[in-house]
This record gives sequence, C-alpha cells and structure tokens, in this order.
Amino acid sequence: MKLLTLNFLTCAIKTCKTNPASFPLHPRNAELEIQEADINLPFLKNILPRLMWEEIRTIARELGLPDLPSTPPTPTDLSISTSSTAPSNPDTSLDTDEPSEAPAGEETPSQTALDLHRLLLETCIQEGILVCGSCGHEYAVKEGVANFLLPGHLV
Amino acid sequence: MSRPEDTLPPDLFYNDTESRKYTTSSRIRSIQSSMTHRALELLALTSPSMILDVGCGSGLSGEILSQTPGDGTPGGPHVWIGFDISASMLGVALEKDVEGDLLLADAGQGVPFRPGTFDAAVSISAVQWLCQAESSEEWDTPAARLSRFFNGLYASLRRGGRAVCQFYPKNDTQKKMVSQAAIKAGFGAGLLEDDEGTKNAKTYLVLTVGGGELDGDITGVVRGMDGVDVEDVRRRARGVKRGEEKKGSRGWILQKKEQMERQGKVVKATSKYTGRKRRIQF
Ligand SMILES: C[S@@+](CC[C@H](N)C(=O)[O-])C[C@H]1O[C@@H](n2cnc3c(N)ncnc32)[C@H](O)[C@@H]1O
Ligand SMILES: [Zn+2]
Repeated sequence: MKLLTLNFLTCAIKTCKTNPASFPLHPRNAELEIQEADINLPFLKNILPRLMWEEIRTIARELGLPDLPSTPPTPTDLSISTSSTAPSNPDTSLDTDEPSEAPAGEETPSQTALDLHRLLLETCIQEGILVCGSCGHEYAVKEGVANFLLPGHLV
Repeated sequence: MSRPEDTLPPDLFYNDTESRKYTTSSRIRSIQSSMTHRALELLALTSPSMILDVGCGSGLSGEILSQTPGDGTPGGPHVWIGFDISASMLGVALEKDVEGDLLLADAGQGVPFRPGTFDAAVSISAVQWLCQAESSEEWDTPAARLSRFFNGLYASLRRGGRAVCQFYPKNDTQKKMVSQAAIKAGFGAGLLEDDEGTKNAKTYLVLTVGGGELDGDITGVVRGMDGVDVEDVRRRARGVKRGEEKKGSRGWILQKKEQMERQGKVVKATSKYTGRKRRIQF
C-alpha cells in the first residue's frame, strides 16, 4: 500500500469518522518496500492540494523516514518549467511539424517532484498493521493489501 | 441464465477457482474492458486523476485506468485504489502486478476514505451484489448496505466529482432501489441503457456530486453522445412547472410522488423491498 493511500484512508468504524483522531491511521511493525513507478507530474499537481501534509510528516516520522519540510511544496516547486521559455520564443511553436502533439509546457519534474513521487507513490507498506488513533482498531496489512472488513457489531 | 448473486455471497462465490476462471476468460475480459471504456467515456476525465474502483475484482478495469490516452484511456494514466470483498479476486490482481492499491473491504459497510479524496469512481458489475437479502443480520439488509455505500461514496468524492456504476439489475424494482439510494445520498443521478431490451443490455448509473467546476447536471454528461438512451430519473419532474397541476389530480399526485422520489423518499412502488419504518415528510 502506497503512502499516498494512507494519506486518505480513515477508520471504517462509523462512530469514529467524526473523531479527528481517526485520521491518519498509524502504521505499526511496518515493512516497507520501494515499488518503482513512472512519475506522473500532472497527477502530482492534481493531488497536491488534497494532501494533508502535517499527517504525511507524522507518518514519515513514525516509519523512521527522513524528516520532511514543515511546509508542503507548491505546484510550481514540482516542475522545471520549459514553458517559461516558450512565450519568449513564439517562432518555435510555428516551426514544429505537429503543433497539436506538443502543447506548450512539456514540463520536466523537479527534484522536489521526484522526491514526492518516491515518498507517496513508490514507498509501500507491505506488512504490518494500521491503528486507529481514536478507537484503537487494528487493520492488518498483508502483501500490501489492508483488510478493512469489519465484524458486524462495528458496522 | 442464473445470476451468481442468487447462489452464494460474493466472497464465497469468488473463491480461488472462480476468480481465476473469471479473470482468464477472454469473453469476460473483453466485456469488462468495453464497459470500463464506456464508463471512462462518461466520466470525461481530461487529466490524470485519483480514482476509486468499487468491487475492483482482479483489476481488469484498473489495468485500463493505468493506461495513457494513446492506449484509449481519456485523461490517463490515472492513479487508482480498488477495493473488493473477495480476497481471492484481490489475490489474482496481486499476481498480475496491477499498479493501483488494493483493499479488502465490503462496499456495504461504507467507504473508508476521508471526504473529497477522489476525483471519480467506477464500479463495473458489482453493485447488484449489494441487493441480495441473504443475511439475517439486522445491519445487513440491502437497503442498509446501499445507503452506507452511496453515502460513503458521495462523501469520498470531491465536489464536482463523478461516479459511474455499471450493474446488472435483476428487475426494474432493483434498478429503482439502487438509483433512489444514490439520490438519497445526495447524488445527481441518471440511468443510461446500452442495447436496451436485448440480452446484452447494460445499465450505467451515472452520478454527479454538485459544486466544483464540472457540469454537475447529469444531462450534461450524456448530452451529445451517440447511441445513448438516457433515462434521467429527475427529468420528468423537472419538465413540469411547479403548481401547474391541479391539487389532488392524478397529475398532481404523480408529480408529488416524483418530487418525493427525487428527494430519495420511499414511495409506494419501492416500499415492499424496504421493510423498515417510513418517515413521511412533506
Ligand atoms: C463480476 S465481478 C467484477 C469485477 C471487476 N469489477 C471487473 O469488472 O472485472 C464482481 C465483483 O464484485 C465484488 N463484490 C461483490 N460484493 C461486494 C461488496 N459488497 N463489496 C466489495 N466488492 C464486492 C466481487 O467480489 C467481485 O470481485
Ligand atoms: Zn476507529
């Protein structure tokens, strides 16, 4: 399970949902694994405003990962924009053979984007448990799959 | 043709043997793939999005969500999270090394994500399983399951988000029960039928969450699409001006009924499936 997913999962127990402590779930005895994936810059930009950064820092600390900066990156931090040179160079777009294939602003991911990608989309919890900070319920993770099935009395 | 959900609960029906058989059948793969593409067309995503796949099974849809526009996935590649009640199905997905994250979870228990997590959701051939009445537990009735599912789904989508659920309703009553549950949860809902009346008929429940920059009106989603037969569950009522019908007339009653249905209230035709207490509100 990607750390990205952990930034969105909450305790499944209904009475917990209203308690702020039901998010984030806290990993215990976690075995981490890096699973490489292609970087998806537009996705990172899309998801960035939805991240709960303070909670990502908490989880990183709990997993023993290096400290994260106290403020989240901004969208502009994520790319080394080549589009900034495009407007000063309007002729190049006219010269290309297939202008529709190459919209202005083909962007190169910055080191910040690569780091964020590594942390959120490639760092995975393979084994362990996720613990609710409100009710203490434990969700087991096996082979990267978390078990969110609840016993009937907790539904 | 027998309906698998009439035989066993889903986690037992989709055991290791059945999950493997399901996933390797080229007929099933091609049907599920074309329905996923149809759902994506209805979602009309234009950039890489965060998507929930409900009842993701072995990840047949997920594999498509991970593809690029060049491979036929609009706005892709998307990042997706799938959940399913069958550990065997998820096991097959793991073997295939799908790119999305997988969870073992029961849609009838809710959707365990914080509000506004997803841009969109898909569910292919799964929701009819929520309508089964096999359980004797009080919390586990079809109505309660559908309500937990759609309420959870609604909350987990961002404002302006969309969901498309292709499902196989057993009959019109079930179709209605499912759409009413979605509407009651707050969704704008429309039913779309492909190949209606044939044995290949496919039903898509297209759901929108108001707000945000997307067109929250379901008629906007399907406007201008080819071969689409739209059955907007709200449309008839909207066409009639308020107060146009004479109070007490048949037209007036039908209009009232439709208003109530739109608000997700249980009206006569659907009540026999709900055995719970009714709260009449005017
Ligand atoms: C016909 S398969 C479809 C699988 C996948 N969506 C596809 O298109 O290939 C139906 C799936 O719904 C799942 N399912 C049934 N009831 C469910 C529930 N309550 N919660 C989550 N998944 C469920 C089943 O386990 C099964 O994997
Ligand atoms: Zn809890």
